[in-house]
Amino acid sequence: MTAAAERLVGRRTISPPARAWSFAKRHALTAYAILAFAYFLLPIAVVVLFSFNDPAGRFNYVWEGFTFRNWKNWDAVPGLTDAIKISLEIAVLSSILATIFGTLIALALVRYGFRGRGPTNLLIFLPMSTPEIVMGASLLTLFLTLSVATGFTTILIAHIMFCISFVVVTVKARLVGFDRHLEEAAMDLGANEWTTFQKVTLPLIMPAILAGALLSFALSIDDFVITYFNSGNTVTFPIFVWGAARVATPPQINVIGTVIFVVAVGLMLGNVLFQRRRARTGS
Amino acid sequence: MAFLHRHRWLTPYALLAPGIAWLLIFFVVPLGFLGYQSLEERDPVALTSSFSWAWHNYADAITTYHTQFVRSLEYAGLATLIALVVSYPLAYFIAFRGGQWKNLLLLLIVAPFFVTYLIRTLAWQNILADNGAVVGFLRDVHVLGADGRLLQTGTAVVAGITYNFLPFMALPLYVSLEQIDVRLLEAAEDLYASKLHAFLRVTLPLSLPGVFAGTLLTFIPAMGDFINAQLLGSPRNHMIGNVIQARFLDLNDYPEAAALSFVLMAAILIAVIVYARMLGTEKLTG
Repeated sequence: MTAAAERLVGRRTISPPARAWSFAKRHALTAYAILAFAYFLLPIAVVVLFSFNDPAGRFNYVWEGFTFRNWKNWDAVPGLTDAIKISLEIAVLSSILATIFGTLIALALVRYGFRGRGPTNLLIFLPMSTPEIVMGASLLTLFLTLSVATGFTTILIAHIMFCISFVVVTVKARLVGFDRHLEEAAMDLGANEWTTFQKVTLPLIMPAILAGALLSFALSIDDFVITYFNSGNTVTFPIFVWGAARVATPPQINVIGTVIFVVAVGLMLGNVLFQRRRARTGS
Repeated sequence: MAFLHRHRWLTPYALLAPGIAWLLIFFVVPLGFLGYQSLEERDPVALTSSFSWAWHNYADAITTYHTQFVRSLEYAGLATLIALVVSYPLAYFIAFRGGQWKNLLLLLIVAPFFVTYLIRTLAWQNILADNGAVVGFLRDVHVLGADGRLLQTGTAVVAGITYNFLPFMALPLYVSLEQIDVRLLEAAEDLYASKLHAFLRVTLPLSLPGVFAGTLLTFIPAMGDFINAQLLGSPRNHMIGNVIQARFLDLNDYPEAAALSFVLMAAILIAVIVYARMLGTEKLTG
């Protein structure tokens, strides 16, 4: 509807209630969307706000007053920095390995015909549709039965396990929509299979590989349930928060939560803007 | 390399080997061990267990904890339904009205979930606290009594579960709505369908795969969750996840916990099959 037509309609409906009704009808969805976004973001606002709180007791529960102290002394809580370090180490290692394994599986699934494709697809799908608590419990059973001591290594093993499927799905989506002619062209120009893969295929699927790696990183650093079952005495950041929630919640937890949030959103925002710019200059 | 060149048919298997081996050893085999353990007999005095085809573990699991099972179904089902109702119009808005801002709006949906799961849940403790604004308002309008509270109730647990799994609902919905060819809607309107009619007969059926995927991705983790019940509820709101967690890690009653895990998986499977029948997905996804 053009602006002029809209004005005409507006003039025809004389009574104010009717006009208000048509206005409400036209903007109901937008208003709803704004409310829904507010709902999505409210807890984040609370997390950020309470990182500046100056709590009276051991729990960061009630708003007492504004302070920068938690941000200045972000590492003042014993055990917190170690927990963050361990979480980062595990996230980096597990996302690298899961990305390699997952990308190779995706290549095999899209590029090659082989016997056992059905079971392979099922095996990729199952970890994504099994409740975490069952995966955590069953892995712990394995380690207990084989008397493997749980700790850093077992957490790493678990994280690689549940990340692989997500990488496969991400990279597969990109490979399916891939123009095979580009590879054929490279081969026609005398490149062998390995060179073609290195110079043509890999750069083209790189965004999906990076997306898979980032997804794995995010899943790993946030995982609590599976880690909780298989961590032994090793404390990752989520496990630290869980322990804290029972005895005392220092506001530094909110500081770290805010930092993770800002970094993640910054990365994603950069990606969105970069793609928009590329789309505009590219076309 | 040369070996692979001579046996080209081996290439896919070589690519699959490391990842698939990992999944077999650390996903499939552990499930086998869990199954084995679920049939062990636990000596209540010595606190050791040995294998003896103890099928009664399953019967015990169901008779002892059927309230927690029913409660999990109830909470997870309710949370999934609310998440669907909340997310659908939002996904619709982004898909059809988002224009060039689509990606940015999607970012707004996903962004909250980059705050650690546990911290997000703790934030709901702040929001629903007894002296917080929400409880104050609900007391003023007499939805809650003068000393009524939200924390430690089923309402808080459902609210937490709903919020924590929202993107799993919103993203598949968005993807399926995004793919709808707008020309189909124009055709419906050309054929004198009202806006509502066009939505009910064109948009809604075409978005059902997204509804299906979103519902499963929300319902499955919600069924096994124990964090929300632990942090926002009281023992009266404990779900089956809490029981498994406590049996396994606090009481070390492995056979019972293993049996409970399998009953949980079976319950989810049954719920999913019933739901798929209801929605007629065989027809949908072809």
